[in-house]
Amino acid sequence: MANLDFKTPLAREQEDAAVVAHNSRMGVILFIVYVIFYGGFMALSAFSPDTMSQPFLSGVNLAVVYGFALIVAALVLALIYMKVCRKSAK
Amino acid sequence: MIHETSLMAVLIFLFFAGSVIGISFYLGRRAKSASGYFAAGGGIHWAVNGIAFAGDYLSAASFLGICGMIAFYGYDGFLYSIGYLAGWIVALFIVAEPLKRLGRFTFADALDNKFNSRGIKLAAAISTLVVSCFYLIPQMVGAGALVQPLLGFPHYVGVIVVGAIVTLIVTTAGMVSTTWVQFIKGSLLVVLCAIITVLLLMRGITTKPTDNAGNPRHIAARNVTELPGTLLPESAAWTGQPYVHVKNAGGIVTVWRKEANGTFSETQTLAVQPDGKKFVNGLPRGKKAGEADLDPVGYVSQLPGNVEKTGSVSPFGFIKTMQDSEVILWGNEKITDADGTVTTVYFQKPTKGKDFMAPGSSPTFKKVRSEKFIDKLDFLSLMLALFCGTASLPHILIRYYTVKDQISARKSTVVGIAVIGFFYVLTLYLGLGAMTSGALDVTDSNMSAPLLARSINEFLFAVISAVAFTTVLGTVSGLIMAASGAVAHDLMTNFFKIEMDDFAKVRAAKIAALCVGVIAIILGILFSKMNVNFLVGWAFNIAASANLPALLMLLFWKRTTKQGITAAIIVGMVSSLGWILLSAQAYKDVYGLDPARAIVPFSQPAIVTIPLGFLVLIIVSLLTPRPTEKPAAAS
Repeated sequence: MANLDFKTPLAREQEDAAVVAHNSRMGVILFIVYVIFYGGFMALSAFSPDTMSQPFLSGVNLAVVYGFALIVAALVLALIYMKVCRKSAK
Repeated sequence: MIHETSLMAVLIFLFFAGSVIGISFYLGRRAKSASGYFAAGGGIHWAVNGIAFAGDYLSAASFLGICGMIAFYGYDGFLYSIGYLAGWIVALFIVAEPLKRLGRFTFADALDNKFNSRGIKLAAAISTLVVSCFYLIPQMVGAGALVQPLLGFPHYVGVIVVGAIVTLIVTTAGMVSTTWVQFIKGSLLVVLCAIITVLLLMRGITTKPTDNAGNPRHIAARNVTELPGTLLPESAAWTGQPYVHVKNAGGIVTVWRKEANGTFSETQTLAVQPDGKKFVNGLPRGKKAGEADLDPVGYVSQLPGNVEKTGSVSPFGFIKTMQDSEVILWGNEKITDADGTVTTVYFQKPTKGKDFMAPGSSPTFKKVRSEKFIDKLDFLSLMLALFCGTASLPHILIRYYTVKDQISARKSTVVGIAVIGFFYVLTLYLGLGAMTSGALDVTDSNMSAPLLARSINEFLFAVISAVAFTTVLGTVSGLIMAASGAVAHDLMTNFFKIEMDDFAKVRAAKIAALCVGVIAIILGILFSKMNVNFLVGWAFNIAASANLPALLMLLFWKRTTKQGITAAIIVGMVSSLGWILLSAQAYKDVYGLDPARAIVPFSQPAIVTIPLGFLVLIIVSLLTPRPTEKPAAAS
């Protein structure tokens, strides 16, 4: 195998600087969206726990709905990220 | 509660453990090089790697700890689910690709890629070892807790068995077999939990639960006005406590709790005499005639509309019904008599769904309902640690090197998020299902999910217990891999500059894996009394404080210097570890001291130590010379 020796430089993937910049920009934007959503959950739980126990969607309280939404949102944002990321030209 | 050993569980367990070891021997023959050992040759398919992410991540604490916490206290356990999953967002959006681009075999490689500094190598290797060890302890403790009821072994035997099997797996094959173990157990765990959830929704909720043979469970008496015997005078230790001792016609003494409205409710007691003899509800503990054991607990005392059972319910209907019901949860209190007998009284706590289905329902998080700002910091700090910790866990980070390129790294993370997210949604159902299944062990929350399966049928119990055990195997082998990589690659090769050929390096890693395995066994036995989920929370705190500032700043701030990175890792690690060791929780659980004397104001350090890591990195970087771009890094 070519990379048995730890001192030899590793064959890196050929990458376009513009693609790398685009992808990490998308990552940061989506990350900020999620941080705001997660921060809202933390703030409500810590500073207004009563709001969290109110029924919100078909009788299910906000705490459960928001919790499920955070899980679903993570997946949705991950899929969006896959879609918007560009591939480096070979 | 004394659990009956089930032959089927033993056989299924042996089958699982045997298959896993067989697979690892088979695949081990294919991994002879360093790259093959540490990173599976970069040749794992992204979908397999994605599910292996789930296998790595869904540890004993995730599965047993969260379900147990929900079953005992309600919604608060689910907060861990949310935090653990949200952490993947940091991993995917911020860390995954740059890390794959920078690194080779370990987390230290990635950090050190730009600088080639021995200081970074040493700091990163030590932080990997510390975090892996902290994360290993709860896994080993969980393993011991699991085999106790499953196979009838004492706790320490469970720890040794897990340690031995895992060390065997890791030393035989490395990352390839570790990945496949994770894949198998990750898929089995999620599929089985989905099956249990469907069966649970079909069964619905009832106020009169039965065991899996249809026998009704004992429902403890509540709010009685006439006590079933003569009242005994109180001994000194019990004076002022809300309990009375009652002697029945057969001479057996039971304890009843005085309620606020003047009535009495049945309790369960476990008394341990100084000579080690145990008594349950006034009788010697055991299963034979003339002996007694703690009753399984957990049932709804009142359903909406006062019906006896709901019949099958929809997923949302299940949650709504729980919110509108009243459930008997159990509290406990220890009372020590003058002769040294310690009695634990388990008492009923009827709790409205509205209360246990919102944040603040458990002892860990109850302070969020306090008015004081400082009380809320513990909760905020833990949620921050869970969010930031995932992307800083070394055994998760090394999984990015097992796929061939960045697109595969991205795809496997998305698969990981989907599988893990689905599983965490299920934890709420499994936990609440266990809460109302009439099968809970009042002394051990960790067994809630397997006992829920037992309330449905024995086969499901056997399989889920075996899978839970393989869960521990999988997570522990991933951790030992990360730790052995840190020792052989980062410390021996890169820091101490020991010249080793490929064969010697793999051998060194295997010896390191063996040593870490032995240390894990010893720690697992020493910490057997600690709360499993809490220890994991601490591991996340240390990982986030030590590794995240260095990782993020390296990726996003060009002015970062090698001294800055080294300082941030060391300060983050030492400050978070020190904070934990000086917290009220450590005073209480580790040293047995008065928690009020603790030096730090709350138990979870992340909210202080993560910003501290960033601050140290920025200050040290600004005080040291600007880094010069190396041609290799610039390409």
